[in-house]
Amino acid sequence: MSKVVMTVDDSASVRQMINFTLKNAGFQVVEAVDGRDALSKLRQTSVHMMITDLNMPNMDGIELIRSVRGQSSAHRFIPIIMLTTESQPSKKEEGKSAGATGWIVKPFKPEQLIAVIKKVLG
Amino acid sequence: MNDNVMEVFRAEAAELLSDLESALLGLETAPNDKTVVGTVFRCLHTIKGSSAMVGCNEIASFAHELENTFELVRREIVPVGRRLIDLTLSSVDLIRAMLDGAGSPAIERKAEEIVLALGALNSPSASGEGAVESALPAGAVCVDDQRNNSYSSETGPGDQIAGGRTLPDIPTEKAPRVESGTSYGSDSDVEKRLSTYRIFFRPNPEIFSRGGSPALLLSELRGLGECNVTACIDDIPDLDGMDPELCYTSWDVILTTSADINSVRDVFIFVEDDSQVKIDVVDEQGPDDQPRRRLGEVLVERGDLTPEQVAEVLGKQKRIGELLIEEGLVSPGKVQAALMEQQHIDKIRVRHGEPPAASVRVPAAKLDSLVDLVGELVTVQASLGQLASSSKIPELRSIAEHVERLTSELRDNTMNMRALPIGTTFSKFKRLVRDLCGELNKEIELVTEGAETELDKTVIERLNDPLVHLIRNCVDHGIETPDARLAAGKTVQGTVRLSAVHSGAHVLIQIVDDGAGLDTDAIRAKAVEKGLIAADAELSEKEIFSLIFSPGFSTARQVTSVSGRGVGMDVVKSSVEALRGSIEISSRKGIGTTITLKLPLTLAIIDGLLVKVGDGHFVLPLSIVEECVELTRDDIARSHGRRLTIVRKEIVPYIRLRERFQINGNSPDVEQIVVTGSNGSRVGFAVDKVIGEHQTVIKNMGKMYRNVQTISGATILGDGTVALIVDVPKLVEGVELQEFARA
Repeated sequence: MSKVVMTVDDSASVRQMINFTLKNAGFQVVEAVDGRDALSKLRQTSVHMMITDLNMPNMDGIELIRSVRGQSSAHRFIPIIMLTTESQPSKKEEGKSAGATGWIVKPFKPEQLIAVIKKVLG
Repeated sequence: MNDNVMEVFRAEAAELLSDLESALLGLETAPNDKTVVGTVFRCLHTIKGSSAMVGCNEIASFAHELENTFELVRREIVPVGRRLIDLTLSSVDLIRAMLDGAGSPAIERKAEEIVLALGALNSPSASGEGAVESALPAGAVCVDDQRNNSYSSETGPGDQIAGGRTLPDIPTEKAPRVESGTSYGSDSDVEKRLSTYRIFFRPNPEIFSRGGSPALLLSELRGLGECNVTACIDDIPDLDGMDPELCYTSWDVILTTSADINSVRDVFIFVEDDSQVKIDVVDEQGPDDQPRRRLGEVLVERGDLTPEQVAEVLGKQKRIGELLIEEGLVSPGKVQAALMEQQHIDKIRVRHGEPPAASVRVPAAKLDSLVDLVGELVTVQASLGQLASSSKIPELRSIAEHVERLTSELRDNTMNMRALPIGTTFSKFKRLVRDLCGELNKEIELVTEGAETELDKTVIERLNDPLVHLIRNCVDHGIETPDARLAAGKTVQGTVRLSAVHSGAHVLIQIVDDGAGLDTDAIRAKAVEKGLIAADAELSEKEIFSLIFSPGFSTARQVTSVSGRGVGMDVVKSSVEALRGSIEISSRKGIGTTITLKLPLTLAIIDGLLVKVGDGHFVLPLSIVEECVELTRDDIARSHGRRLTIVRKEIVPYIRLRERFQINGNSPDVEQIVVTGSNGSRVGFAVDKVIGEHQTVIKNMGKMYRNVQTISGATILGDGTVALIVDVPKLVEGVELQEFARA
């Protein structure tokens, strides 16, 4: 059965690019537009991993990662990859201490995305 | 990047720009509102991110400069002022212009002007704070330098990564290494020299709660080359003091690979900051003049011991590893790791001196008799296992377990010798399609999937001719001529997809084309003309399609040199059936045709799950078993007579083998449901008892029972009784038909 990946980003074109790449590689994709949307979708579906942007309205990526890693979360052990374009390394550090598994620097090419997913998902 | 993505990006950018515009106007009235500043920043950030993603580097680098400025605004280093808002508003217009048509010199000049003006705003004199420069992150202030970088990057638009746009990230980030790591082969100037690395990896105990997996990292290392892994479990506490969510294990890995040390380090990129990772080169491949390294030396070099300690202990002349442990100088785990390293390097050096492994040709008959013997051995082993488990001699049990392990390894190895990837056959078809295209003036691409699917050698060989027929048919009858395709609104190039996939105990081979599809009326008319059916016969679509397999049938109006003599399909059908397989056609007019061949893995031995119903034993192929759950009387009462149960929030229908095979007697209070999955659907089988895994040697049923549909064979158990092997798909199909008939 193909693995389900959730992509969280407020930019439709980033979501579409990720969706397109992952579907081609045989994954199922669930899209969410921000952290709040992601959390509510996670309550209904179960996913194998998550790719999230950090800067988003309503609920940003850092807070999302923290909630997913929370004690009561059903998804607390899934790999989470954060997308960073941030100029400050502090944002990445913040994401890591929130519990992100890895990161990929935007912009990236489809094959880099797949390589990172293979790395954390097997 | 395709047009679709570009379109989404344009629409999104337009929306963001108008958001940005209204936020800026809002800022003019309320310059100190932090949420509005945040909105501006986020809009710019998203524009930057997505434009870089779709390859609009010009917009990306420009938005980056704006974002930098607003980062300073956000941190209250640069104040919000009339000039800033003016500049940003004209930037919005400029980005709009860039979206419409990038690259005009006027736009570039304007962009440079704005960036310079922004730079002036950012600079200390403008903001009136002398200490600002040192307070800023490196790279954020030096707009001029950065601009040079980002603009020079545009000369190579294909390479988005190397661009200076993300430059502020790079000096502190290790991320770019991941990216370079994905394309190992590119360093062509690096010689393919083998090096041996010693890697010590102690993950942060909390690695699991960050979604990391040491097992994945280790298997990634294994993918790099020859690899030996020792797990050091000395630190695992007693069960009482253990937190199951923490990782207590560390690993010693010895890896011989042609990859360089950076590629090895890249494996740990996501974890190296908070885990302990030590990578040393221990052995470069070179002339074999170095003496074999002794255990003591290895330990000293690893820093686990001093030479003096070794010398002292050596005086006692016992095996050094045991002694060192007795003395409490190193833990058993460390000695184990060092021994492993020693052996690994010895092995590599020995191999280095040996010629490469040769292959031997063996007549197929010899392999066949080997398979038969292994089958007999498995049966005998089963009785030995049964005897041992009922005997009171513990030694016998351990011997029986050894025999069992060896037998199953022997079985797998023997089967493996006969299995070949189907890809060798697939590659021949590419040529076939290419040649046929030239002959017929068509444009067709053959896409193959699942070339690595392994099948018994004889099956592959006997499959060749049927597949050639089917593909020829596709190319000749299925795919239309380029003109006809264009007229039907399709791409000029047709596609034939050839795929192989394991499905339970079968291999499914599919040939899918996007051609004209089958014309039921034409088939029907032809069949009537040939006298195959009566003119007024009522046939379902499926029955009409199956007419194609009748001898002497061809619907092509013209006989071509490629196909169309009607000798193909009936021959195909009989040869597939000779392999105990089946063939099916589905088609939609104007959209395409799918032909599915279903072939059993003709392995003489399978892994099965042995279950018991009443006094009878049954075997379900283990490959399709997903899990076993209990079924209590209460469950049955609760489901109101429907044969449904809930497994992990999913409704699964089940079949009671007791009813199906009409076994007398009462079922126990708690029955077991074996949940199987095949062809994407899950079906459970209710049985009295699940006995366990069983190596199943398939014996054919006798003549009398050949035609029993729901049983695919039988096997002999250790005590000599016979267990029937359930043909799960056939059984499910049978029940489904019955249910439909009832409904």
